[in-house]
Amino acid sequence: MAQSNNSIKKILTVAFALCIVCSIIVSTAAVALRSKQQLNQELDRKSNILAVADIYKPGIDVEKVYSEKITPRVVNLETGEYSEQHDPQRYDGFQAARDPAQSRTLSGEKDIAGLSRIENYSTVYLVGDPNDPQQIILPIRGQGLWGLMRGYLSVKGDGNTINGITFYSHSETPGLGGRVDDPRWKSQWEGKQIFADADSVQPAIKLVKGQASGETEVDALSGASLTSKGVSNLVQFWLGPQGFGEYLAKFRKGVSPSAVQEAGTASKATEGA
Amino acid sequence: MSAPTPKGVLLTPIFKNNPIALQILGICSALAVTSSMSVSLVMALAVIFVTSLSSFFVSLIRSQIPSAIRIIVQMTIIASLVIVVDQILKAYAYEMSKQLSVFVGLIITNCIVMGRAEGFAMQNPPLLSFLDGIGNGLGYGFILMVVSFFRELLGSGSVFGFTVLKSVQDGGWYVPNGLLLLPPSAFFIIGLLIWVMRSLNPEQVEENEFTMKPNTQPQEAV
Repeated sequence: MAQSNNSIKKILTVAFALCIVCSIIVSTAAVALRSKQQLNQELDRKSNILAVADIYKPGIDVEKVYSEKITPRVVNLETGEYSEQHDPQRYDGFQAARDPAQSRTLSGEKDIAGLSRIENYSTVYLVGDPNDPQQIILPIRGQGLWGLMRGYLSVKGDGNTINGITFYSHSETPGLGGRVDDPRWKSQWEGKQIFADADSVQPAIKLVKGQASGETEVDALSGASLTSKGVSNLVQFWLGPQGFGEYLAKFRKGVSPSAVQEAGTASKATEGA
Repeated sequence: MSAPTPKGVLLTPIFKNNPIALQILGICSALAVTSSMSVSLVMALAVIFVTSLSSFFVSLIRSQIPSAIRIIVQMTIIASLVIVVDQILKAYAYEMSKQLSVFVGLIITNCIVMGRAEGFAMQNPPLLSFLDGIGNGLGYGFILMVVSFFRELLGSGSVFGFTVLKSVQDGGWYVPNGLLLLPPSAFFIIGLLIWVMRSLNPEQVEENEFTMKPNTQPQEAV
């Protein structure tokens, strides 16, 4: 029985028929489910943005809340100005970082986050009034111990106070470095200051071992020195002159102390809502 | 060996002829996905789905498959089913598929699936092969659930995500064992499980392949 199947003609017929049937099944599944999958990815990204802004609650309509509260804008990292040449809904800075025409290489000691390339333009997400945002959400990424960590950092309207941090994709050791997504650890970022004083360009915020003291220090993750170092480096990189430093400088200069007060109370109101 | 019966092929792989504990197959994914119970459950369901349906389809066309390309034919069927499972998970259980990441795709290389297609489905009718696939998937899932129960309980102090042992970090008394969250710990648990299962069923203990000769003398290296 098996022998009679081994003619060249039979082999080709079976192989061809099998390939046709299998490819039809696979492509049907892929096409039928694609829109649902893209929706999931988009929803995941948006709920991460809402989570770092402290707006996310389980069970809310992510799509609706996102479109009401969040305004994406594309920022020129070099000048810190908004750019109109990219559509903020479609532009993807992570993709652009791989395109030599839209990115630049980082070398040596400038590349503390281990990125090797950085895009020229990046998307920021503004919470509240786009002209005077309560929060500015910045995409951040950098090398951890095992691989690239990607997340968002939310900064208050004064351009200096951290509101929250989240990592939505990382490959750190579960239970040790993997605690970068532990809510208890993340909660201590709230209210920390990025810069030590109004004139400094280099961010002072960092992770320290033992007990964190002061406005610019956060407890490192115990048992995860290299992950903590990675987080420290990537936060310093993205908030520094190579990253969003120029952009944040506008907020730090432009907002008067009384306006900071207003922004602070306004963001408290959204948290309560 | 007597002729396979529907009940036999469904139940023997769970204890008597367990694919992980007796045949030592599918260890790689058993190490990787068992740090949490809910993830293990989804993985077990995915493997049951793939093993049963691939055995069914292979058995359905077994008299047509030329023996020269039979492995490729089986692989194609298995790979197609795995892609379908992966797509379904991405669409309907996105969080879960993010946690399982690459291991859904790696079901293709799980020796259990391939082993049942080649070893059973090529000689037996479709319905029996289908049940055999379910049985072996259940055997795999059983070990997965036991391993992940211990790993999640001792590693994170919870069962299916519900806290049972309150950890020190959250103000309780339990100090979680970090080793159990790492893949190598599954080796210890699977090893202990095999010991227990072979103590209960002594016929599972294998004969030594080689006997050591008693003539070795400790010597200084020259």
